[in-house]
Amino acid sequence: MSLLLNTVLLVFLLITAVAVMRVKVLLAMVMLFGLYSLLVSSLFVVLDAPDVAFTEAAVGTGISTVLMLTTLAAIRQGHSAPIKPGKRLLPFLLSLAMGTLVIFGIQDLPNFGEENSPAYQEVAQHYIEKGQQETGVPNLVTAVLASYRGFDTLGEVTVVLTAGIGVLLLLGRREKVHLRAKKSATTDPQQPEKSS
Amino acid sequence: MSDSLILRVVTKWLVPVILLFALYVQFHGDYSPGGGFQAGVIFSSGFLLYALVYGVDATTRVLPEAVLRVCACLGVLLYAGVGVVSLIRGGTFLNYSVLAETPVGGQHLGIIVIELGVGITVASVMLLLFYTFARTIQPQ
Repeated sequence: MSLLLNTVLLVFLLITAVAVMRVKVLLAMVMLFGLYSLLVSSLFVVLDAPDVAFTEAAVGTGISTVLMLTTLAAIRQGHSAPIKPGKRLLPFLLSLAMGTLVIFGIQDLPNFGEENSPAYQEVAQHYIEKGQQETGVPNLVTAVLASYRGFDTLGEVTVVLTAGIGVLLLLGRREKVHLRAKKSATTDPQQPEKSS
Repeated sequence: MSDSLILRVVTKWLVPVILLFALYVQFHGDYSPGGGFQAGVIFSSGFLLYALVYGVDATTRVLPEAVLRVCACLGVLLYAGVGVVSLIRGGTFLNYSVLAETPVGGQHLGIIVIELGVGITVASVMLLLFYTFARTIQPQ
């Protein structure tokens, strides 16, 4: 059953990936990307990783699709991406070489689900055996993310904040940053410019 | 902004459900899949849906950008603040065991608070990104 499900999902994933490359209209491309993320998140569910699937579905399918659509609406011109036929050989060779390297590197990884691999032998065993006892949290993923690896998660949140600050510095409006001027700033200057 | 009556009515009913679901994912993350990051993204997607149907201006009246900027920093400060509190109470940085009487209780409390911090920051930053991108759209 799991094999059948995996095969169907992977085939659809492949079809979507090829379709993203073939489609010339950027709007359709964005939609296909959303579909791709949804398929990946279904794969994560099959792999018993609901937390990751949750994130992929919310971020990949939801937020990033909307952000890409907003970007498309902002640029409006140039909704198609024409590529000259002669310039395809070098990127093709490059991606082929990279793919070969990645597949070559995968050979050294332990087999999927192999219990003797280092990942399952060292700390993971401790987390699984003592996790709930030590943190009182039944969801092991939350326990590891928030408690055992709390410092990493702090770094991740800081990365999210830094990314937001970066986008604001690049694209944000320079005026109206004070919380005090909230009342007048949010009602007055935004009335004339109607963003659809 | 959409003039479709069906979209407007459905959005009005759907947004509270999405926000409630986000809160469920946030505070039930200890027991079921979910946590601060997912909850923050779902929370912001509720407002995103509202903004897509009712327009960005209507959304900024509900959640002004200045408030979001403060909230984005507040989440990280809340997270790091838990670490500082655990330092003051005699533990190491981000060691939640010292936060309550029993180590397990402290761990549980610490995890809930830092997940809240993660959720606040992620939700605010996602909405800020959307506001910033949406403002670059030229009026038709």
